[in-house]
Amino acid sequence: MGHTWTILKRELASYFTTPIAYVFIVIYLFLSGIFAFYLGNFFGRGQADLNSFFTFHPWLYLFIIPALSMRLWAEERRSGTIELLLTLPITMWQAVAGKFLAAWAFMAIALALTFPMWWTVNYLGEPDNGVIVASYIGSLLMGGAFLAIGACISSLTRNQVIAFIVTAAACLLFVLSGHPLVLDFFKGWAPAFLLQAISSFGFLSHFDSITKGIIDLRDLVYFASFIAFWLFANVVVIEMKKAD
Amino acid sequence: MGAMVEIKNLSKRFGPITAVDDISFAVQRGEVLGFLGPNGAGKSTTMKMITGFLAPDSGSVRVGGDDLELSPMAVKQRIGYLPEGAPLYADMTPYAFLDFCAEIRGFRGDEKRRHLDDVVAKVHIEQVLSQPIATLSKGFKRRVGLAQAILHDPEVLILDEPTDGLDPNQKHEVRTLIRTMATEKAIILSTHILEEVDAVCTRAVIIAHGRLVCDGTPAELEARSRLHNAVTLLVRSGAINGAQQQLRALAGVDSVELLEEHDGVARFQIYPKDGHSIVSSVGEAAREGGWRIEELRVERGRLDEVFRAVTTGSTSREV
Repeated sequence: MGHTWTILKRELASYFTTPIAYVFIVIYLFLSGIFAFYLGNFFGRGQADLNSFFTFHPWLYLFIIPALSMRLWAEERRSGTIELLLTLPITMWQAVAGKFLAAWAFMAIALALTFPMWWTVNYLGEPDNGVIVASYIGSLLMGGAFLAIGACISSLTRNQVIAFIVTAAACLLFVLSGHPLVLDFFKGWAPAFLLQAISSFGFLSHFDSITKGIIDLRDLVYFASFIAFWLFANVVVIEMKKAD
Repeated sequence: MGAMVEIKNLSKRFGPITAVDDISFAVQRGEVLGFLGPNGAGKSTTMKMITGFLAPDSGSVRVGGDDLELSPMAVKQRIGYLPEGAPLYADMTPYAFLDFCAEIRGFRGDEKRRHLDDVVAKVHIEQVLSQPIATLSKGFKRRVGLAQAILHDPEVLILDEPTDGLDPNQKHEVRTLIRTMATEKAIILSTHILEEVDAVCTRAVIIAHGRLVCDGTPAELEARSRLHNAVTLLVRSGAINGAQQQLRALAGVDSVELLEEHDGVARFQIYPKDGHSIVSSVGEAAREGGWRIEELRVERGRLDEVFRAVTTGSTSREV
């Protein structure tokens, strides 16, 4: 645990010693604002809630989270520091968890900085703050799931651009997996239970149910096991591909 | 007490290529082992396996009595490692980076402070401590890499080409640093600079095509050279041909080579049989013949010649 914390600190600090942190936060806040106000018609709806804000999070994360996760391992590979890191007296799990948690913590900071939205709806009306808190938790969990995919894919390559594109594509698949676009592909031949499984693998259904204010244990388990699975894959990939 | 580092039958394949092929050796405390070999011979791969970065296909690594496979943490805790090219987190400052390493090594508070101050003074990086590593010169970067490796005062130091790419002054500094630490540690350093072996190593192994082809002290390696105990003779003489005949006839002389001849001065290289000393008989022959000797020198043997011979498999005198 101590080592995970040390790695997390180093990783998180490295976001802030480079312009990455500031660029990321500014663009994230700007885009989430634009989506909520223009596409989501925040004022026009005349309702005191943050639905128009959270609805667009999966789509926003689709290209902004891969930008955060792409460097996690690809950069270590490119610069050779992976050799330094993995010959320190730490376990592979500590390294993987520390890096993932650092990216997730950074994402949480960016998400927390959207508090003016929350403040605005409370100023304008009387929203259900329980729903808003649940939505924030849902958004954080979904972001964690995106990041876990991204961390694993980043460990496959030393090229950050490849990591970005492949992660975005993989995330798109999971966002859309409840959608006809993906389901139609399987419909002709796959048995019903598989279709059911595929559509329940999608982020959207789980995210939607949380943003309605219902924190269902099944949704939490879904995201937790999803993250755990991808981090496990991350460990396996690094063990297998250390030499390249 | 057993050896500090003990490597047995280590092998590693990458696809069809056997990078390391059944290598065994041991290093004691107080030894500086030079790891020689042409590029791609398997030096770095061997070091990566000793430090636990790569898992060997077969064979075992023991450090300080602990098996790497069974207790990797205990082994990694004992080792300080400078990977090839000294990779560092370029966006951090040396201070932040070393602080991170110290925490991973389990130091906190005053103890951490002491270790950091100590190592910073040892490698002389005081004036760049708060500059991003990316902006440092190659020499400073290498020193930060070394600092990271010796921070926890490890019993075993593994340095992959520690002086590669440095200027002669920086090389000298790094070698001095290694020598000062040599007595209480077991050090393995890889290099393809042969003078380095003479300068810092107490023992050297040569690796070629993944196999260990030579293991001995630098002097023993030099003795494997065809030039070992050969005599270089510079004579001013009218009868150069006669001198050559006479030298060839001496007992113990294998062959005589006329290296150059101008202005009545001839330079001979006289090779002994089986590396025995022949200087006294050469000297005697010269006195009897009344030659005017300008120079008479006994060769120790040249490491680069041995290196070339054993790594390319060409002409070397069998020992």
